[in-house]
Amino acid sequence: MKQVPGSGSFETTGPSIPELNRLLVDIAEKRSRAAFAELFSHFAPRIKGFIMRSGTSEELAEEIVQETMVTVWTKATQFDAARAGASTWIFTIARNKRIDILRRVSRPEPDPEDPMFQPDPPQSGEEFTQSRQDQVRVRAALEHLPPEQVEIVRLSFFDSLTHSEIAERLSLPLGTVKSRLRLSFRKIRSALGDER
Amino acid sequence: MMIRHHPNEATLLSYASGGLPTALSAIVATHLAVCPTCRARTAEAEAIGGALLGAVEPVEVGAGALDRALAAIDADFAGDVNQVADTGMRNRDLPSPLGAMLPADLDSLRWWPVGRGIRQARVGTGEAMIRLLRIAPGRAVPQHSHGGHEMTMIVSGSYTDEIGRFMPGDVVDLDPEVTHQPVSDADTDCICIIATDAPLEFTGWVPRLMQSLVRV
Repeated sequence: MKQVPGSGSFETTGPSIPELNRLLVDIAEKRSRAAFAELFSHFAPRIKGFIMRSGTSEELAEEIVQETMVTVWTKATQFDAARAGASTWIFTIARNKRIDILRRVSRPEPDPEDPMFQPDPPQSGEEFTQSRQDQVRVRAALEHLPPEQVEIVRLSFFDSLTHSEIAERLSLPLGTVKSRLRLSFRKIRSALGDER
Repeated sequence: MMIRHHPNEATLLSYASGGLPTALSAIVATHLAVCPTCRARTAEAEAIGGALLGAVEPVEVGAGALDRALAAIDADFAGDVNQVADTGMRNRDLPSPLGAMLPADLDSLRWWPVGRGIRQARVGTGEAMIRLLRIAPGRAVPQHSHGGHEMTMIVSGSYTDEIGRFMPGDVVDLDPEVTHQPVSDADTDCICIIATDAPLEFTGWVPRLMQSLVRV
């Protein structure tokens, strides 16, 4: 099996994706500490590994892990497996905590309670959304990207670099960075069946 | 709010990855509040983060990390964070987060003229700093391109350029090689928000705009 360079094996060990989703539902509905402990043992080392890829110190990475996992507990009722898998949902929390802690600003987010917020149209059904975010298919699509596109996606996700920072790091024009990001995203979306 | 112009996919990907600077993220987040299509696209980009997290090489956490987390959740009394009460002073033309960053009455901001019927105001500090530009009816902004990663969101009024007509809520997210010359529509001031990925450096297009005005 081909791998995304340096991202470790795609052969996952431990709980399956539905089992991980189930653990989050148990935390939300039963406030299950056992489920939390199991989820922690799976995700905490992965969040730490993810954060440390950018050269963040072990101490700060541990702090981000703690903040992320405690937030997973407090916000578990907001988890909706039809919208995003456990791994994606926990990624978004870790991403926000990293911004809070390392950049000392809070990440701007849309507010669904805002009177002007436009809810999703009814036709974006559960199965459609679920299939488009299928983690296995995203991984397969990542494996098939050309190396220069994988590199730029990794700099964006692992290192949180801006377009300008990526351009500087790779000595590329800004326009090239944007078009590579756009191309890689389009390929992943088309692998997910979103051809728009 | 009928949206016709959206952030480009590279911008949505960076918003999802956490790599988009704060001021640019504020524009994207405000757009996402009114654009379910871009929200769905952002969710797809977040799934890339989920896949990378699921596949990353784990690094063992310190002894006692789980115990500390369990102690922290025991100390947690409610979980739900209270929303800050709406003071009624926030701007009503845009949803959060930008709507909450701006006053209800944009006239109350300190505006200063930059020439040719254009005025500028600044809100926020540091990485979160945004600029507002207010163009008098029917005035042309000198032709320019966008050097760094710069985005604009229309708050009120409208303008037309080579790309089309931009109305409230529309996002201008141009590639660096694109040159355009916005002309505000005739009926009212066009007010827009500008964010860049290097707000502390004097490299944005407003300074260049001022330079070009000096040369005129």
